[in-house]
Amino acid sequence: MAANSPEFSPVAPAAGYLTRSATPWPERVIEIVLRACGVLSIFTTIGIVLVLAYETISFFREVPISRFLGDTQWTPLFVDKHFGIWPLVAGTMLTTLVAIAVALPFGLLSAIYLSEFADERARRILKPMLEILAGVPSIVYGYFALVFLTPLLQKIVPGLAGFNALSPGIIMGVMITPMIASLSEDAIYAVPRALREGAYALGARRLPTIVRVVIPAALSGIAASVTLAISRAIGETMVVAIAAGQQPRLTMDPRVPIETMTAYIVQVSMGDTPHGTLEYKTIFVVGASLFLMTLAMNMLSQRLARKFRGKL
Amino acid sequence: MYRTGVEKWEKAFIGLCLFAVLVPLAMLFVLLADVVMDGAGRLTWSFLTSLPSRKAELAGIKPALVGSIYLIGLTGAFAVPVGIGAAIYLEEYGGDNWLTRLIEVNIANLAGVPSIIYGLLGLEIFVRFANFGQSLMSGALTLALLILPIIIVASREALATVPNGLREGCYALGSTKWQAIRQVVVPMALPGMLTGSILAISRAIGETAPLIAIGALTYVTFLPDGPMSPFTALPIQIFNWVSRPQPEFVINAAAGIMVLMAILLMFNALAIYLRQKYQRRS
Repeated sequence: MAANSPEFSPVAPAAGYLTRSATPWPERVIEIVLRACGVLSIFTTIGIVLVLAYETISFFREVPISRFLGDTQWTPLFVDKHFGIWPLVAGTMLTTLVAIAVALPFGLLSAIYLSEFADERARRILKPMLEILAGVPSIVYGYFALVFLTPLLQKIVPGLAGFNALSPGIIMGVMITPMIASLSEDAIYAVPRALREGAYALGARRLPTIVRVVIPAALSGIAASVTLAISRAIGETMVVAIAAGQQPRLTMDPRVPIETMTAYIVQVSMGDTPHGTLEYKTIFVVGASLFLMTLAMNMLSQRLARKFRGKL
Repeated sequence: MYRTGVEKWEKAFIGLCLFAVLVPLAMLFVLLADVVMDGAGRLTWSFLTSLPSRKAELAGIKPALVGSIYLIGLTGAFAVPVGIGAAIYLEEYGGDNWLTRLIEVNIANLAGVPSIIYGLLGLEIFVRFANFGQSLMSGALTLALLILPIIIVASREALATVPNGLREGCYALGSTKWQAIRQVVVPMALPGMLTGSILAISRAIGETAPLIAIGALTYVTFLPDGPMSPFTALPIQIFNWVSRPQPEFVINAAAGIMVLMAILLMFNALAIYLRQKYQRRS
């Protein structure tokens, strides 16, 4: 195998001595075991794709794809079954939209503060604290959304139901703010000094330099962080499962109970759904849709990040 | 006039930016205070050592706590060796070939897959195909796959900080590649690799969605007696309580969250301690 031969060894100077025949056989066994550890990630991806594809295909054997994409109701657990995915997609988009509306301004302004204004001491305190925010389990955020934020918002927002998209959306926004802050800060920090100095030399002051020179230069890096945060919000499960409700509804009203794709998977999993039933297959169809949506966002994010690195 | 006007804007903008940093942190503080206020009164010794109950004031988290400890132990036992092994392969053996690139692309993409999708994978592969059922084994294997990318990335970073000169010094003394890795490279990178592994495991402690997807039980009145035993875990127990309409159970959820956060805090403190000790030495 090509990877085994010495010219692929990362340590080029020594590789000359360690010709293949000189490598003792236990070392070759070790290398094979280590490679197997690495290859496991490939099998994980293949496993995810195969599992989702297999159950999705078997779902579409029973329910034509036109009913999946053409119907506007999602009621697979009722007697009168409808399999239109759009209410779940709408629920996911609604909570994600609220989350980004919160996380984008807070995350971006935090990033600007940390990279442009904070001194070294403030950075050393604030950055780990933001990391703590990202490390709190989502079940805790879900509790907070349901028990603390929703009752509080009900005093301000008229007609806000006990389960709604607004409260978990805001909490998800707080959850993903550190992600946007940290990745955008890296991008802003990476903008070459010469660009700023050029602006100063032309007589620009600090604020216009940041807004008109530094941010535009870092834009694709910032966009990469936001796309990744959107992907996180789409896949976030426990906050919406606890606080957004279980009523698939084709609406953009953040005050009423809805159901996201992830929350539907949780709802079915909490019941005792026997394998092989149509209900069982629906969670894989929803999972496959979710997987495709997050994959698209992740790939877009990676592309933007590459573009940013190429520009520097 | 012009100058001061501009400076006023700049000051206002800095204030706005600082506000944007402080608001999420204030939220964190309110969150923790809210949980403690709700749950502190319920957090007694009998809460830790009782079985769940239909009566909220008698219910405890013993099976969930024991289940979580077993689960995390097993998850670590699966994920840490494999993750470190994969990192050693990519960093020390990989080089620039198609296999390494393919593995790297895979790890980057897997890190972005929602955790509930891992749950669906675990449900089909471990629970059904391998026939492990809704056991600790299925839960731990699922969580291990979930945290592998984190461990691999952190371990690679730790390995990359070991200077190349040390490897070359080993070869100059006649050591084989594996001898150099085992006796010089890995010991130097070990604190970094352990820190990354502990942080990855602490991520697994709070994970709820994949365990729900594989069908972990929510009402368990016995302790797990082995890896093939059915189980419940702390986050699942919290979810079960927070989903109930009765406020007494919601208080139980708050007390459960306090226990969960205390465990997370211990893991993070351990990671910080290791990191600092390591930084002082180098």
